[in-house]
Amino acid sequence: MISRLLDWIDDRLGTAHFVSHALRKAFPDHWSFMLGEINMYTFLVLIATGTFLALFFDPSASKMTYNGPYALLDGTHVSSAYDSALKLSFEVNGGLLMRQVHHWAALIFVAGIITHMARVFFTGAFRKPREINWLIGLGMLMLAMFEGFAGYSMPDDLLSGTGLRIAVSILLSVPFIGAWASSLLAGGVFPDSGVMLPRLFVAHVYIIPATIAALMAVHLAILWRQKHTDFPGPGRTERNVVGSPLFPKYAAKSMALFAAVVAIVFAFGAVVQINPIWIWGPYVPWQILSPAQPDWYVGWLDGALRISPPVAFHFFGRIIPSPFWPAVLLPGVLFTFVAAWPWIEAAWLNDRRAHHLLDLPRNVPVRTGIGVAVITFCFGLLLAGSGDIQARYVQEPITTITRFYQIFCLIAPIVAFFLTYWLCVELRSRSGVHKAPRVRLRRNAEGGFDEETIA
Amino acid sequence: MIAKDRVIAAALAAAMLGAVLFIAAYATGGSRLYEGLSLALSAAGLCGAAVGWAFWILPDEQVEDERDDYPSGASDRAAEDLETTSGLIDVTRKRLLTRMLYTALGIFGLALIVPIRSLGPALGDAAFHTKWRKGLRMQRENGSFVKASDLNVDSVATVFPEGAVGDAQSQTVLIRVGDGVAANAGGYIAYSKVCTHAGCPVALYRTAAKQLMCPCHQSIFDVVNDGAVVAGPADHALPRLPIEVGSDGYLRATGDYPEPVGPGFWERG
Ligand code: FES
Repeated sequence: MISRLLDWIDDRLGTAHFVSHALRKAFPDHWSFMLGEINMYTFLVLIATGTFLALFFDPSASKMTYNGPYALLDGTHVSSAYDSALKLSFEVNGGLLMRQVHHWAALIFVAGIITHMARVFFTGAFRKPREINWLIGLGMLMLAMFEGFAGYSMPDDLLSGTGLRIAVSILLSVPFIGAWASSLLAGGVFPDSGVMLPRLFVAHVYIIPATIAALMAVHLAILWRQKHTDFPGPGRTERNVVGSPLFPKYAAKSMALFAAVVAIVFAFGAVVQINPIWIWGPYVPWQILSPAQPDWYVGWLDGALRISPPVAFHFFGRIIPSPFWPAVLLPGVLFTFVAAWPWIEAAWLNDRRAHHLLDLPRNVPVRTGIGVAVITFCFGLLLAGSGDIQARYVQEPITTITRFYQIFCLIAPIVAFFLTYWLCVELRSRSGVHKAPRVRLRRNAEGGFDEETIA
Repeated sequence: MIAKDRVIAAALAAAMLGAVLFIAAYATGGSRLYEGLSLALSAAGLCGAAVGWAFWILPDEQVEDERDDYPSGASDRAAEDLETTSGLIDVTRKRLLTRMLYTALGIFGLALIVPIRSLGPALGDAAFHTKWRKGLRMQRENGSFVKASDLNVDSVATVFPEGAVGDAQSQTVLIRVGDGVAANAGGYIAYSKVCTHAGCPVALYRTAAKQLMCPCHQSIFDVVNDGAVVAGPADHALPRLPIEVGSDGYLRATGDYPEPVGPGFWERG
């Protein structure tokens, strides 16, 4: 049956040679090589659940009166977008599940991308010849963050409307083009023109996912062409790659991962409530929730906004306002640094060779230290993003918490760097040639001990 | 059946059961909990079966691939160079035409970008002025007007210019701070409710300290000191609305805000 199908295709496309080789492609067995696949499968879940949602969601800002099963909001003036999101949650069979699965999958998608990038970074897999895929991956990360933000901004609830308000203000803070750009996005002064929701919908449902899909295809094609990296070990050289064949062994593992991703996001979507927009209420520009936190992958920027000093830069009757530094300049510098890292490292080590064998993180203490420092910095910002909640919890004034995170974000990355550096050097010296020989002690007739080395 | 096969069979049975349960959950009204868990069970079953298959049944063979050679050989590179640069130069020796081609392509690209302009008007006046004018009364969200006798000391109201209820740029927080505070009308002070940091509503009033706090990034503004920033990331004071108590007892604006409200931007100066 299958063989007849393959023959039929081969008659028309001549693919037998390619397919037979492709199925025997070597996939190294280390678990960390599967991190990227989590994102591929999460993306599939996002496309599937997102398609379901898009069939019901109406991204319109036109006002109407809510009148549905959620009695607490009965008679409230809401936008059609908010109304349809509520309908989707309460009146469509499977709707709430799909919404929650979609949201959880989005959180995992961004987390998965970052984990995958961390793996690539710490093992040096970004080195020549893989710089292109490093850049494409970073591009997908940034798109995923925009995609997630656009997505949770669409229901027009109080939390998301506030987030959009801040986003527009950040755009507004960009020198020279800010006012112009924010007006283009919001169709005038936010939020009165009402054109933003349909635009977010177009971005969230067509433009960004299509771009991510295209980049993912290129990412995989390049991976296919370059073949996997591999950890050093017996029989592993720069000239070969050793692993399970794609079919059937690796395919089975990969399918298991796919099923696991589906199981986890559906279990979360079923059990753990996320973004209950009916509790937030509809967006009203002069109301606000407190405390209010964005999704985690935006939270670090929110934290940066919170702890950055209130400095505006005035000159010649122009101004660069304070949100510019933490919300535009900082991520700009950070992402540029990450993008440029393969070249920075190559220049610093004067190493222009191609590398297919990976580094153990401990063997490259400086790189590992820098990676940990950057992660620590971003984690500090993320924590700062919930400073108001922590202040309530520890009963300290918010200004104290803010000051703490200002200091933390300056000091902790440096400490983290040196700690990691020291740890790497320590681990490296223990694992390598300096390792003491293993010995066996044996009691001898005189009551003392004889040492006997074990091979 | 050996034990491992039995485990895989059980996993597959769970997958079937989960799928059937999902259909049943859907058909009986659709509880988010049962739908999600049954589908999760089904996928988990498939996952278990695939894991069992991968590690117990399929042979543990290792294949070895040669890595491809790149860069390509010198001759291929030379050929590529010839085709794209030196070769092309012969064909494109007509300098003027080449330049015109590039220019035409550039202008064409520009022409394609220009329609983006339709997305929104220039910010213009809207960014610099609100709807407050001299003599306008203060209207609450429910449409009622604020009289000087309406609020107790230390209470707060969100107000809009008469006839513009819901205008986000004009939203104003009216506070009765009581007498004894400098420069206020009948014990009232009014500030723009749009945070000067990133535009959130400055919604929290701390009575004891007479401070307004923005819940977004915790900027704190001093109500009795012209809205000055006390703490937080905001870089300038909240604009203060000039108000008076009219002879009819209604609170009225005596003009628009003296400066643009809301977050800073390039042209704001
Ligand atoms: S918007 Fe008010 S503090 Fe940032």
